[in-house]
Amino acid sequence: MAKMTLEDLRKLREEKKRALNKRDIEGKNVQIIVGMGTCGLAAGAKDALDSFLKTIDENNLDNVAVTQTGCMGLCYVEPTVEVIVEGMPNVIYGNVDAAIAARIVKEHVMNKQMVSEYVFDRPAADIINDGGR
Amino acid sequence: MHETICDFLLDIIQNAIEAKASDISVTVADDAKHIRFSVTDDGKGMSISELGRIRDPFYTDGTKHVRRKIGLGIPFLQQAVSMTDGEFEISSEPGKGTRITCSFPADHIDTPPVGNLPSAFLAALTYPGDFDMHIVYSIERGPAKDGYELHRSELIEILGDLHMGQSLIMLRDFIQSQDESLENIRGAR
Repeated sequence: MAKMTLEDLRKLREEKKRALNKRDIEGKNVQIIVGMGTCGLAAGAKDALDSFLKTIDENNLDNVAVTQTGCMGLCYVEPTVEVIVEGMPNVIYGNVDAAIAARIVKEHVMNKQMVSEYVFDRPAADIINDGGR
Repeated sequence: MHETICDFLLDIIQNAIEAKASDISVTVADDAKHIRFSVTDDGKGMSISELGRIRDPFYTDGTKHVRRKIGLGIPFLQQAVSMTDGEFEISSEPGKGTRITCSFPADHIDTPPVGNLPSAFLAALTYPGDFDMHIVYSIERGPAKDGYELHRSELIEILGDLHMGQSLIMLRDFIQSQDESLENIRGAR
């Protein structure tokens, strides 16, 4: 371990604070809930979670909370992710790898357009056609 | 049990905190021949008559542990110091504070091992209470000298509550990184 300066410690603290902030749902109008049961983890849910956090960071989104949950009962399409955006129906995505996770943030969270081909708990067709708005 | 110099050091620091000190200064110096430490506090201090009794293991001022009839911290330390031909000094003034300095010869067979200094510093910095603490650790091996300093108030300013899970982990890593940077010099003779 390299010798840390107080400035390094301050930076580390800020990073941790930001990371913790993303887990805090207080005051956030978007929630991304990643299924991290054994089935999800085996299918790569950690990669999806990391990708969500990275993409949120890159786009400086501070209204998004990323949390984790257990198995959602859709083990055949793990990793599964529930996305809750204010004003849009709650959606469960399946087969979410790192690339799809990044797409979900950019398309669903930022542009309010569902990533339709990965939606598994599907809202009505007219809602999907309407992009979920 | 007091098995290491760190155990003695923590005992003395705890005494300082319990003496309602608001500022505690700790120095630990290792120059290969001696391991010295000093603890200076601005706590309630002791009168001459109290000072005269601190070597008595059956004396305690009764404030820390109301029902306990013994006070073994300083007697144990003194015993360890005298067994190793080390040095022990205490000065105190009521209302002004206490200073304890102590030195162990490094090559005496009865000198206790130093113990885990980073853990001891972590424990000292995270004792509950409203006080500031300044720890200075220095190490010397021939011409090579190095060390580090830890200020409790500065660390609280950066990390917030030092007892909270993540702050505690960051504080531990910080102290560990300071200590590991001295590994080269520590190994040299």
